[in-house]
Amino acid sequence: MSGSEQIDVAYVAQLARMNLTPAEKQLFQKQLSDVLHYIEKLREVDVSQVEAATHAIPVFNVFRDDTSGDCFTAEEALANAPRKANNLFIVPKVVE
Amino acid sequence: MTAAALPAGSIGELQALLRRREISPREVLESLRARIDQVDPQIGAYLSLDFEAAAKEAETVDLTLPLGGIPIAIKDIINVTGQPCTCASKILSDYRAPYDATVIRKLRAAGAIPFGKTNMDEFAMGSSTENSSIKLTRNPWDVDRVPGGSSGGSVAAVAAEEAIAALGTDTGGSIRQPAALTGVVGVKPTYGRVSRYGVTAFASSLDQVGPLSKTVRDSALILKVIAGADPHDSTCLNEPVPDYTADLPDNLKGIRLGLAREYMVEGVDPQVKAAVDKAVQHLQSLGAEVTEVSLPHTEYAIAVYYIVATAEASANLARFDGVRYGYRAENPTDLLDFYGRTRGEGFGPEVKRRIILGTYVLSSGYYDAYYLRAQKVRELIRQDFAKAFEKVDAIVSPTSPVPAFKFGERTADPLQMYLADIFTNAGNLAGICGISIPCGFAQVDGKKLPIGLQLQGKALNERKIFEIAHAYEQSTEWHKARPGT
Repeated sequence: MSGSEQIDVAYVAQLARMNLTPAEKQLFQKQLSDVLHYIEKLREVDVSQVEAATHAIPVFNVFRDDTSGDCFTAEEALANAPRKANNLFIVPKVVE
Repeated sequence: MTAAALPAGSIGELQALLRRREISPREVLESLRARIDQVDPQIGAYLSLDFEAAAKEAETVDLTLPLGGIPIAIKDIINVTGQPCTCASKILSDYRAPYDATVIRKLRAAGAIPFGKTNMDEFAMGSSTENSSIKLTRNPWDVDRVPGGSSGGSVAAVAAEEAIAALGTDTGGSIRQPAALTGVVGVKPTYGRVSRYGVTAFASSLDQVGPLSKTVRDSALILKVIAGADPHDSTCLNEPVPDYTADLPDNLKGIRLGLAREYMVEGVDPQVKAAVDKAVQHLQSLGAEVTEVSLPHTEYAIAVYYIVATAEASANLARFDGVRYGYRAENPTDLLDFYGRTRGEGFGPEVKRRIILGTYVLSSGYYDAYYLRAQKVRELIRQDFAKAFEKVDAIVSPTSPVPAFKFGERTADPLQMYLADIFTNAGNLAGICGISIPCGFAQVDGKKLPIGLQLQGKALNERKIFEIAHAYEQSTEWHKARPGT
């Protein structure tokens, strides 16, 4: 958070596997630079002696009995599939 | 009470009539349906309705149960078997929930009847419901203004008397802020008090489900039903659920209230400030002692929030990949094109902005500078509240610094929209509980706009904030006012 880094919206969108239109890239570049500038104020805080928060309320080792319960049928699990056949999700070919 | 007036009732009022058999659950549903037909074309609170399924449940419902025969509106981020669950996103426009969320299962077990899903900001990201990819929801007090958000449909439905009560979710104020802007009661329970199983995840260390209602007692009744441990959600606390409605006192003797020095900030609307000051005096007249407390890291809460919430959102929303459910882009050239177009075409602008920001703050080389630092400042915010709650039972503040704003007023500048949650964000970061109750009106452009009073209590101390809120409510008239829709 040195202040000199500039977010490269087009690159980060690619990392997030999410296409943006040229207009979105331009708009988000400006808007997110403003948000990051605002976030810079956290640099003022001395956190050298602070442990990072992990849970708002500490919870440790939540166990349950190792028993089977209700689960979806294949039909239910596939009910929202964009494409399906033979009880399988159909996806585009990804391996040549 | 005439049939047409039933939707205006509280749970308490309807329950008395139902149990005396003066009305039937079917009549309640029919009156609700008529009211929705009449006002929802103007308000736009609902995304989907299923009165046929609801009528079937009403036939066999046990009226002696805690919510027997009471219809409850459900934010469209909570799964109800067989119903759409769009999260107001194009990416889930065709999705139908294959199971009930735990909160729905608990509501049904208590006799409540889900019948409709309410509008929201897409994936609960927003403070005005303008980020819904489906439609606008209008504030019943002034239809040129937003209802707040992200639970804007749920609050508008309750305020416009087209719901008896509703469920919402609150990640940074999404129950309390819209409750304030529409003059209803809204509760964000302690982190872990209510199961999130079956609730589409936005920011997993912040999200909570909570009630929206016309009275404090109604919210207390709903929370009692939905709270408690759930084997399907390991973050849900295994703590006993007290009776939130029994013996609520009418005075506040022995109650200690805190005013946070850091909440006296610029940018609070003068009419909001005046109403809250008056509410504090009223609480004192009921016997409460008021002292000043300090929450020194308040000014960093929004910055911390937008790092933590976006980081978690970017991870949670990675599941929308077009493979198993949701929108899928057609005719991809390769796998990257498949993901890139599915997500690029499926998500709306605010969701994209937050995924990008979240991906950025978690990315290699920036993690320590942003996410880790934010989690450390979050710990300081948590400690601020812990110290304050050694001295007081609840912290009093406005819920929102401003009354309802106009459509489009804040959409061009996301940062301005984020600042709408200045009094609510920190409570989610600290994991504590909070309630918003009506405490007055601002007069703006000849319209009455509701003002909300926030009471924040320490973790798992919902009972105390219900006591304070109930005593305030029962000795004031604000909660009885309704918009003239």
